[in-house]
Amino acid sequence: MEIAFFSGLALVAAVSAILVVVQRHAVYSALFLIISMGALAGIYILLEAHFVWVIQVIVYAGAIMVLFLFVIMLLDIRREQDPWAAPDRGRILVAVLLSTLLLVELGMAAGTHLVGGAGAPGPAGEFGTTQMVGQLLFTDFLYPFEITSIILLVAMVGAMVLAKKRLT
Amino acid sequence: MLETLIVMLVKIGVVFGALLLTVAYMTWVERKVIADFQVRLGPTRVGPYGLLQPIADGMKLMFKEDLTPSQVERVVYVLAPSLSIIPAFIAFAVIPFGDTTTLFGLLSKPVALHITDIDVGILFVFGVASLGVYGIVLAGWSSNNKYSLLGGLRASAQLISYELSMGLSVVGVLMLAGSLSLVDIVRAQEGIYAWRGIPLLPRWFIFSQPLGFCIYLCCALAETNRAPFDLPEAETELVAGFHTEYSSMKFAMFFMAEYANMITVSALAATLFLGGWLGPIAPSPVWFIGKVFLLLFLFIWLRATLPRFRYDQLMHFGWKRLLPLALLNIAATATGAMLVLRG
Repeated sequence: MEIAFFSGLALVAAVSAILVVVQRHAVYSALFLIISMGALAGIYILLEAHFVWVIQVIVYAGAIMVLFLFVIMLLDIRREQDPWAAPDRGRILVAVLLSTLLLVELGMAAGTHLVGGAGAPGPAGEFGTTQMVGQLLFTDFLYPFEITSIILLVAMVGAMVLAKKRLT
Repeated sequence: MLETLIVMLVKIGVVFGALLLTVAYMTWVERKVIADFQVRLGPTRVGPYGLLQPIADGMKLMFKEDLTPSQVERVVYVLAPSLSIIPAFIAFAVIPFGDTTTLFGLLSKPVALHITDIDVGILFVFGVASLGVYGIVLAGWSSNNKYSLLGGLRASAQLISYELSMGLSVVGVLMLAGSLSLVDIVRAQEGIYAWRGIPLLPRWFIFSQPLGFCIYLCCALAETNRAPFDLPEAETELVAGFHTEYSSMKFAMFFMAEYANMITVSALAATLFLGGWLGPIAPSPVWFIGKVFLLLFLFIWLRATLPRFRYDQLMHFGWKRLLPLALLNIAATATGAMLVLRG
């Protein structure tokens, strides 16, 4: 049952992720990205990580993608004329090299667990509840959590400095 | 097992049916109440007091010609109304509308009057509500119409801005209740504030979180695109905004989504701030429904009273007034809770 759900969700996530790249219109790319994120959220439910699931929906599907759509619509990006015309050889070479590297790395990382490995630890009741996540965030992972928020803040300030002509 | 399943299905059916009926009759209530405010009669022809008007409207919309303008993005254009109505109804799944009951002894086990109670209940409502904006944005984009596009753009900017303050405005409640589950939040409001043994006020969070309640109410108005925040469909500027090119049932679905959203945010406000189903004497669902209708009346009252915001005023109000106030509320509540808890 769980395997069936996982396969379905994983398939939807992977297929829509591919469709994001091959769409000719930026709005449709954004829509498929939303579907992909929704499928990921479903996988979080299977992992009993309810808090992460709902945060995934609110933050990624609900806020970030709406902003993406907003920008695409505001700039009025039209259909690309012919995305497949004149493929740049150098670019293809780099893409092939990098993706092979990524695949090998993924294979090495997953290889130990993929066949006959221990697999993911089974959910232990409390795991993934809001309380658990909150406690971990503010005890064991306090420094990484705070540092991440500082990095985000710096990025935000940077974007403002770059975008504004006069800072008054 | 079978009984659980049947009870669950009956609950879903009752909630869905009640929601649809309320949506239909909210149009009648709104027209009648606004008519009263403007010293007119409102609908009177169809049935006594115009009570059959929503049904007549529904029939009309169903039999109207379904027009599709040329050069629309067809798939998205057809999909958009469903994208806006489905989240509006799903959000109600976690809202508790009454205490546990045996239905006057008819059932062997007591049944809790909510469809489901999940650990992240309130976040679920916000998450689903944040998905509702896609219907509006995509309708605006796919219609191949400048006014629709402007309406869609306004909607996306407005909803993102006010979602933030809305989420922050309820953090105070969450801190006092110590849970994200809506049932637990209602239970945390049981009891009465008393002064020297004289009962004064119920322990509803509206009395300990008045600022949070006001911020939530403003954001709820903006989130549901209701006057004075109805800029995505401002008739005087944008014809009808994002749903200009829609007709027949597709138009009706946007309309129903707006009313369903109104009911959802009112139900959430009643649950978070007004003690949900809690109240003396009368059965718990009666209290819940009464509180929801009080808030819905407030919505209509505001629409009849206030003129529409200008767009820059809307953004200014959301980011420079509501957001700092919500943060202030959180800081004050946290300090207060710490002082009281530590004694």
